[in-house]
Amino acid sequence: MTALLEVEDLKVAYGKIEAVKGISFSVEAGQIVTLIGTNGAGKTTTLRTLSGLLKPAAGHITFDGKPLGAVPAHKIVALGLAHSPEGRHIFPRLTITENLQLGAFLRTDKAGIEKDIQRAYELFPILGERRKQAAGTLSGGEQQMLAMGRALMSQPKLLMLDEPSMGLSPIMMQKIMQTIVELKAEGTTILLVEQNAQAALSLADQGHVMEIGKIVLSGSGDDLLHDESVRKAYLGED
Amino acid sequence: MNDLPQQLANGLLLGALYGLIAIGYTMVYGIVQLINFAHGEIFMIGGFGALTAFLILPTGTSLLIALPVMILMAMACSVLVAMGAERFAYRPLRGAPRLAPLITAIGLSIALQQAIWAFYPDAKKARPFPEFEGPRFDLGAFTIGRGDLFLLIAAPVCMIALGVFVSKTRTGRAMQATSQDPDTAKLMGINTDRIIVTAFAIGAAFAAIAAVAHGLRYGNVDFRMGFIAGLKAFTAAVLGGIGNIYGAMIGGLVLGLAEAMATAYIENIPGMSQLGGGAWKDVWAFVLLILVLLLRPQGLLGQRVADRA
Repeated sequence: MTALLEVEDLKVAYGKIEAVKGISFSVEAGQIVTLIGTNGAGKTTTLRTLSGLLKPAAGHITFDGKPLGAVPAHKIVALGLAHSPEGRHIFPRLTITENLQLGAFLRTDKAGIEKDIQRAYELFPILGERRKQAAGTLSGGEQQMLAMGRALMSQPKLLMLDEPSMGLSPIMMQKIMQTIVELKAEGTTILLVEQNAQAALSLADQGHVMEIGKIVLSGSGDDLLHDESVRKAYLGED
Repeated sequence: MNDLPQQLANGLLLGALYGLIAIGYTMVYGIVQLINFAHGEIFMIGGFGALTAFLILPTGTSLLIALPVMILMAMACSVLVAMGAERFAYRPLRGAPRLAPLITAIGLSIALQQAIWAFYPDAKKARPFPEFEGPRFDLGAFTIGRGDLFLLIAAPVCMIALGVFVSKTRTGRAMQATSQDPDTAKLMGINTDRIIVTAFAIGAAFAAIAAVAHGLRYGNVDFRMGFIAGLKAFTAAVLGGIGNIYGAMIGGLVLGLAEAMATAYIENIPGMSQLGGGAWKDVWAFVLLILVLLLRPQGLLGQRVADRA
């Protein structure tokens, strides 16, 4: 079986500065794959390139059998690749419902959209309670829920989550991680970028450790969690 | 003060005109954070488009019948020039430092003015614009010109239509999303390039309607008419809170009223007799702009940008 997402020798540069220096990895349908690493490792750059916001300098991206390199950003979501960006980026002056509707911008099945909005409210009841509220008035954790809910509204084949735990309280973070597990159980394929290596690795099937633009270590989530160098570098152990 | 109702009516009509033009500034700014200083010329070109349509129609055509053709022609000219400017002047500069498109806009403004001056027949001085014949409508406390009736109908219709478009339609929603966060709008599948062109086109169409109203009200079009009207409309947009379409209309009305009041009454204030009358009206308009920038820089309806958590 070929992978849902195949990244081969991807390079991305900002001007002359190469942020991603030739990485390769793949995501199989139904898996959670995580990219972990410190700030500036190139994780967010990788996701932004996959969703078309940045153009690759070299390499190949194949998603669901189609090459992505030259596809403009606004056409990528139609292929089944949804991106919940770092820093959440909800639309602050639109209501929660309107944000969710925008997640389904390219869909035309009104009844289906309505059903999926209700599903998002079941997944995150707080969003349902505040559906008429401007999204900018939500707390960070609630905004994260909205960003995830919005990304799911496109019925993606692959959901990319960039730092969903960033800036959240431990309780809120647990809730988000729990949701990721639930989504996986429903069959959603997830590419998860995290700085919180412990949380990410404990629920991932596959993990890749990135350091300054390169993948330095790959393995199953469990293996990496117990890898000595990972424990030293990312899990704060001596 | 017994001419107060008349002055209020003048101010509101003038303000509606400013407001219609201001929509173009505010929509474009709201989406690409560019002050399109060529927008005054987009307005002016609409005026010449309308005049051209009138001249092409057989002589003797009643103005009432000619008017729809003139409006369509004005809109076609303005929208075409605005879309061309976006495509060939501004889009290549997207992502460049903000000063670059701003200077481009000023250059474009001069180029468009000079193009009309050089190539439109007899446009080196103001050209007469058709007017509705007949006495002014007497509404008791005040009168309005026959041509002003067009403005009186067009301005509210345009504003309501725009409000419904932005809040109720799919494209309107996409427009709001693009103005709040363009990159994330792309992630939703929104073609932001198309949204930007749409914003330019709507602004230009409104400017074209304003140009027809301006011609009917003042009886002429002039290659320089976009300069001061553009500055006033820009002031109106800032006054109302740039980026906010309702703000643009309210800013226009406030500015129009302030200008009419200042023109009529400032000379009655003891010691200020030198500063009243029509010659000083632009001064008072820009004094108002300075006061707003000092006291409420976000404008009357603008919000402080504090919504990014």
